[in-house]
Formats: sequence, structure tokens, C-alpha cells
Amino acid sequence: PKYTKWTALVGSITIFVLAVFVGFEIITKVPPTLHTPLMSGSNAISGISIVGALLSTALGANWFASFLGLLAIIMATVNVVGGYMVTHRMLSMFQKR
Amino acid sequence: MLDSHIIVNLVYLVAAVMFIFGLKMMAHPRTAVRGNLISSIAMLIAVVVTSYLIFADGGASWVGWLLIAVGLVIGSGIGIFLAVKVEMKQMPQLVALFNGLGGGASVFVAGAELLGLTDARATADVMLAIGISGLIGTVTFWGSLVAFGKLQEIEIFEKPLPIPAPQAFNAVLAVVLLILVAVMASTGMGWPFIFVFICATALGFTLVMPIGGADMPVVIALLNSYSGLAAAATGFVIDNNVLIISGSLVGASGIILTQIMCKAMNRSLINVLFGTMQAGGGTFGSDD
Repeated sequence: PKYTKWTALVGSITIFVLAVFVGFEIITKVPPTLHTPLMSGSNAISGISIVGALLSTALGANWFASFLGLLAIIMATVNVVGGYMVTHRMLSMFQKR
Repeated sequence: MLDSHIIVNLVYLVAAVMFIFGLKMMAHPRTAVRGNLISSIAMLIAVVVTSYLIFADGGASWVGWLLIAVGLVIGSGIGIFLAVKVEMKQMPQLVALFNGLGGGASVFVAGAELLGLTDARATADVMLAIGISGLIGTVTFWGSLVAFGKLQEIEIFEKPLPIPAPQAFNAVLAVVLLILVAVMASTGMGWPFIFVFICATALGFTLVMPIGGADMPVVIALLNSYSGLAAAATGFVIDNNVLIISGSLVGASGIILTQIMCKAMNRSLINVLFGTMQAGGGTFGSDD
């Protein structure tokens, strides 16, 4: 079979759609005390753009692209590290009670 | 046959599965702490294996590695500082701030990729993904900053916008944004990205500014969903599965969480987004 870049795109779209369905199904009943920690924890996951930030900084087409990449790394890292830590703090707060 | 790209993509798959399990566990009181830990380990794995990929490709100069190291150190420092120092009652606005930064990171990745794009790679799908990533990421960034400002009770964010018909204004902005993204996709030109950024900045403000402080948790949940979608769009830009999976996972589960939170507050999402400010909660909610 002929393999073109469109084959890869269709593969990506397939993954996207299936992951959306997983996302819809994964969360059903959440007790109200967990609303904010869950929001915070899933927010940390969206910091996955850190992977994109690392790759595009390494590529660094020119100095401005490298600069944008650096900013992206800093922002995504704050999102990831801060996000997981503050979620952990929230959750351990509930557990003490 | 097992080259570094294949290995890395398999490890990405492991990380994605761990994100799914982590998120699922976080919705239950007994497993929540472990779920968050699993998810954070998955993120660490993704970062380490990405660094390995860059190393194996020989893709980074010493300047590139320096920038990566500097970025990771500064970002971790700020993140740790904020997460440790913040007071309990300030946690929601901190989440808003983190969320905004995540959205902003997607915009900058899209921008950096756009700058390095060769004509051969500037195909319709890549340009479309760059445009969408810039659009959603920018709205997330500014919207989250406004949410942060409102919860922090900074005065500028509590005044009404000096726009006569905000909803018509938003509709016009949205149409302009769609046209700009369509132009990028159909012509392969990069310059409309600047205007996407400008218009999406305005939209981020005008969408969130009219919403009352009491509804901010719901708004942050929705913006969290957006930042996931922005990350997924970035995944399409750089053709990276772990971004697509994790981003769409957060995007979809974020919508569900937003609905759950609306219900808990006895509000409907439409009411929060377009309704009057803080209608006391529950006089005309729950009609979904």
C-alpha cells in the first residue's frame, strides 16, 4: 500500500478521536471535595506541551524561535511542576481530615 | 529496526496510559493521591524520553541544551516556589495561573515551529494546527489570567468592559479568527498568526471579564479543557502522539468536569458563560 503523509495524518486523527472518547468516559461521579484537585491535576497533565517545548527549542530554527522555545519550556515547566505539587498539597490536606 | 523514534514512541504510549489511569484514580477519594503521583511520574518519563530523543537525533547544539537546562531549572524553581508558598484559599487562582501558562506554552511552541517551517512542510494540515493551537492557547492564556485577577481581587478585573455589545463583539472576533486560521491553512502563509494572537488576546479578555467571581471555578475548569485542546493541536503541529492523547484526554474530561461542577453549583454552563453576573445560584439553573 502507498504510504503518504496523509496516512500519518489519518492515524493522528484516529488517535485524537479515540482519546476524546476515553476522556469523556473516564470521569463519571466525582465527589465535590475532589472537584478542585481533579481540575488542578488534569491541568498539570495539559502541561504535556512541555514535550513540544523541548523539541522545538532543540530544533531552534533561529534565535527568535529558540527564545520562544525557552519561554515555552519555562511556562510549561511551571505548569507541570507547580501543578502536580499544588495538587498533592490539596489532596494531602483532605486526607488529614 | 528498533530505532530511537520507535522506542521513544512506545515509551510515550506507556506515559499516555499512565495519564489515563492517573486521571481515573484522581476521581475517587481513596486513590486520588496515588493517581496524581502516577500522572506526575508519567510526565517525568515523557520529559526524560524526549530529552533522549533529542540526544539520539543529535538535534541540539550546546546552546540548545543550555536553553533546555535553563528553562527547566527556572520553570521548576518558580513552580516549586508558588506551590509551596501559596495559602490554602489562594489555590484556585494558582490553578488558573498555571493553566494560563500551559496554554501560553502551546502558543509559543506553535510560534517557534512556524518560524522554523520550510515551504515543503507548510502544508494545510500543519498550518491549520498551528493556527488552532495559537487561537485556543492564547484565549486560554489571557482568559486564565483574567480568572486569576478576579479571584485575587485585583481591581482592574472587577470593572465591566467598556464595550456596548460584548456578545456581538465576541461573535465578530470569533469569525475574524476563523477566517485568519482558514487563510493560514489555505495559503500556507505565516503572517496571519500575529493577528490570530492579537484577536485571541481580545477574545480571552472579553469572554471572561463579564463573568462574576463566584462562577470562576467553573470558568477555570472550562479553560483547563481548552488548554488540553491547545496541547492536542500542538501535537498535530509537531506530529507527536503523546501530546495528542494527553491533550485530548484533558480536553474531553475537562468538559465533563465542567458540567459536573456546574451541576454541583446548580448552574447551567450556558448561564455561567452568557448569563448575568452571579444570579445567586440556582434560580434558573439546571435546565440541561
